[in-house]
Amino acid sequence: MPDTIVDLTVTPELVAEHGLTPEEYERIKKILGREPNFTELGIFSVMWSEHCSYKNSRKELKKFPTTGPNILVRAGEENAGVVDIGDGWAIAFKIESHNHPSAIEPFQGAATGVGGIIRDIFTMGARPEFCLNSLRFGPITGDSPNLKTNRRLFAGVVSGIAHYGNCIGIPTVGGEIYFDESFEGNPLVNVFCLGVLRHDQLARGAARGVGNPVFYVGAETGRDGLAGAAFASRELTEESKEDRPAVQVGDPFKEKLLLEACLELLQRDAVAGIQDMGAAGLTCSTCETASRGGTGIEIDLAKVPKREPGMTPYEIMLSESQERMLIIAKRGQEDVVREIFEKWDVPCAEIGRVTDDGIMRVRNNGSIAAEIPAKPLADEAPLYSREVRKPTTENTEGAELLKKISVSSVSSVVNSLRQTLGDPTIASKNWVYRQYDHTVRTGTLVRPGSDAAVFEVKYANKILAATTDCNSLYCALDPREGGKIAVAEAARNLTCSGAKPLAVTDNLNFGNPYKPENFWQLREAVEGVAEACRAFGTPVTGGNVSLYNESPAGVVDPTPTVGMVGLIDKVEHVTTQWFKDEGDAIILVGEIGNELGGSRYLKVCHGKKIGPVPHVDLAREIEVQNATRELIRAGVIKSAHDCSEGGLAVALAESCFNPQKLFGAEVDLAAGETPAATVLFGEAQSRIVISIARDNLEKTMSILREHKVPFQQLGQVGGDTLRIRVNDQKFSWPIVDLHDDWWNAIARAVEGDASAERIPSL
Amino acid sequence: MKFAVIRFPGSNCDQDCFSAINSIDGAQADYVWHKETSLRGYDAIVLPGGFAYGDYLRCGAIARFSPIMKAVIADARAGKLVLGTCNGFQVLCEAGLLPGALVRNRGLRFVCDMVTMRVEVADSPFTHGCAQGSLLRMPVAHGEGCYFADPETLRQLNEDRQVILRYANDRGEIVPDANPNGSIENIAGIVNRERNVFGLMPHPDRAADARLGSADGLKIFRSMMETIASGRAAAA
Repeated sequence: MPDTIVDLTVTPELVAEHGLTPEEYERIKKILGREPNFTELGIFSVMWSEHCSYKNSRKELKKFPTTGPNILVRAGEENAGVVDIGDGWAIAFKIESHNHPSAIEPFQGAATGVGGIIRDIFTMGARPEFCLNSLRFGPITGDSPNLKTNRRLFAGVVSGIAHYGNCIGIPTVGGEIYFDESFEGNPLVNVFCLGVLRHDQLARGAARGVGNPVFYVGAETGRDGLAGAAFASRELTEESKEDRPAVQVGDPFKEKLLLEACLELLQRDAVAGIQDMGAAGLTCSTCETASRGGTGIEIDLAKVPKREPGMTPYEIMLSESQERMLIIAKRGQEDVVREIFEKWDVPCAEIGRVTDDGIMRVRNNGSIAAEIPAKPLADEAPLYSREVRKPTTENTEGAELLKKISVSSVSSVVNSLRQTLGDPTIASKNWVYRQYDHTVRTGTLVRPGSDAAVFEVKYANKILAATTDCNSLYCALDPREGGKIAVAEAARNLTCSGAKPLAVTDNLNFGNPYKPENFWQLREAVEGVAEACRAFGTPVTGGNVSLYNESPAGVVDPTPTVGMVGLIDKVEHVTTQWFKDEGDAIILVGEIGNELGGSRYLKVCHGKKIGPVPHVDLAREIEVQNATRELIRAGVIKSAHDCSEGGLAVALAESCFNPQKLFGAEVDLAAGETPAATVLFGEAQSRIVISIARDNLEKTMSILREHKVPFQQLGQVGGDTLRIRVNDQKFSWPIVDLHDDWWNAIARAVEGDASAERIPSL
Repeated sequence: MKFAVIRFPGSNCDQDCFSAINSIDGAQADYVWHKETSLRGYDAIVLPGGFAYGDYLRCGAIARFSPIMKAVIADARAGKLVLGTCNGFQVLCEAGLLPGALVRNRGLRFVCDMVTMRVEVADSPFTHGCAQGSLLRMPVAHGEGCYFADPETLRQLNEDRQVILRYANDRGEIVPDANPNGSIENIAGIVNRERNVFGLMPHPDRAADARLGSADGLKIFRSMMETIASGRAAAA
């Protein structure tokens, strides 16, 4: 029976304050065969939180396809999924959210998010090669009363990501950013990292080998990150009276040392298991490694390196101090561990050993602070099926209203394109990615700004493409279709870059699951994502769930962010979205369509978030992508650009914005009766704008016909104006004006028109 | 020909320097850990980019006290070629091997971009593979790359032709618009008076492969190799 001298008495109030229900508390008592002490209560509360246990979402997550011939480590098995990329090489990748910390302290919240996801990757034995991110903020333009706060959160998150990624030397090569009222007060910060390893370097987070020593390495443990959970422990000692910030503070320099030391150690055959200390820190890493190893684990808190004296077992076990790892060394190799961490000047302490009794036993200076069966703690959190209810506030305005808007908007089309291109969600993100080091590690074949990031890993002789995608507006209107489209668009972005999609990591950002409407959104979106992943043959290898994304103003637009990775066979297949040469033919693969609902145009130019959202036919989508990929392999394609937010007009304009030289284009969109605004700005799916040399026209058309995909010759590249003819209406824009609207929109929003800093456009 | 690539804790372009140098026929790069004390056997020394010791103090202010720096300074004084890129340039300034200082970028933000530079001095040991006035393109990625020197130092630098590279536009004009960080007189790279220590903020190591946008950085490494081969730099 653990010693309870320093503990508070566990009362029903204390249980409730730890977020545990009476039923969950009964379950804890049954597992222990007694009442838990205060430290044990804290341990259960973090392990059974949604963040660690996925208790509300796990039943839904099981709907994702998770197997495939290339999958080496499946979703949920380890810190990150691992996928074979051939020739003995594999990739580990994952996306994770840091929404709540970023809402409170954007710089450190985002920075520690980056640090956390990088640790998840090198824990697997992989060298982290690049990062992406997917961000959502409240509007930074317009008349929102929260404009200043939104800008502060946006600028703070961007500099936090830059701070951590730049210092540790892992390039941030791409991502996506949306602005919408629903994210006011609750930004979404999802960060993605990918690493590369040889199959035989794969490290496991399991405490194997009874008697093996357990090492704590990395930064000292402090009281940071205890957040609300620490409330009750402050009175325990004199020294704990001072307040501590609730958000962890990241130290990318320390993590760089930790990363290099861990990778060096993993080369030495001295490690039986390794796990990072992220959420729930020492608690999670000890009980999870024991549970995976089918063993027990015993640690002594007196031996844990600490930043300050007087910390209680509760605080040490629940601390979320950053840049720490747990290493289960092979017996007899203790000196190898010590030698390497001493070389890198990283704290390292032997704090315990692997046992055979299945118990996670926490000692503190001779007394026992906690004694819990590891497996039930790590794996047997209650699982819930929450109530679902389809929202009744459905949009019933429908097609008639859309047509009315479209028809009445012909006169404003010229202005609408400029307005749409200048919308921060669509505008160039150069203000952001200029702050991210995106060229370190010398693999960035395609820099931020094209459809997907393309990165060459020279030592493995592999070229990877990666993207993050989700249209939250679609998901708010129709989460199932939105989920499908997130996957389809991610795959389309990879295809446009010359890649074959391989696998997916997802980050589910939703509201409070106890509200049936929110849970309905979650279920619909998951089923949509799952259906599309099955269609593309891209299993989900892991990811993260973030619930309770709500501010006093309401719930965020549901956002099942999809991170997708693909492989490019040859460097000649690497393709970008920009037109390359005057006179080239422009072709639309897919159909012009007649779907204006859910479009960015309706939101930006008419202030309306209304459906129906575009429908994606997955079979058609796959054929369009297969055909495009074959054209790329046949060497005929000069540019390929995914047609998404902003529709054809935006896709064509963006294709003109070649970073080396601006191009114009002359385009004829024959679309029968469809009104011009719908033709230009509708966001029908399964469309790709390509450009080819005229000599290849026949060859291109015959390949497209073979694939039985619809296509339409639109016009040609040339001049310094974008001219678009829709049926018998003609519109034209000087390309430099469009480029200026698009290129400078975010800098102008954040820094004002008088922005002194030069942002070179070409 | 052997290059020592110094690894400080927090160096993060060490691997980029290593692979850029090793991609050149006849060149071999080795990592040298900062706790080492000798650079015997190396023909040239490279201080790579990164955030040595996290750069939480002034950039390079702690790295200059690393054990290896005694050997770097001694070898530099003896005439061995020393190249510092980005953080390496900052360390060289802090160590007193190069004059002036690198301060926060104008605009106060980290800048990652491709820049163009004009070769101001083509007969230096680091640039004699380049034509006088020719343009080089290389990536920059730094938060504190704004070169500053007091008027007297600046006068000396110009008089002794120590300014090797300046930021320029693609017509080769030295204009404020081409300056990514606010460096005084658009200075991108300088040598010491003895001309064997060269520091620059842009990354020759990231401009070693045309597929990544430029291979101009190789000209710097090749120039060093020619200098060493012709015996113009101090022997190892």
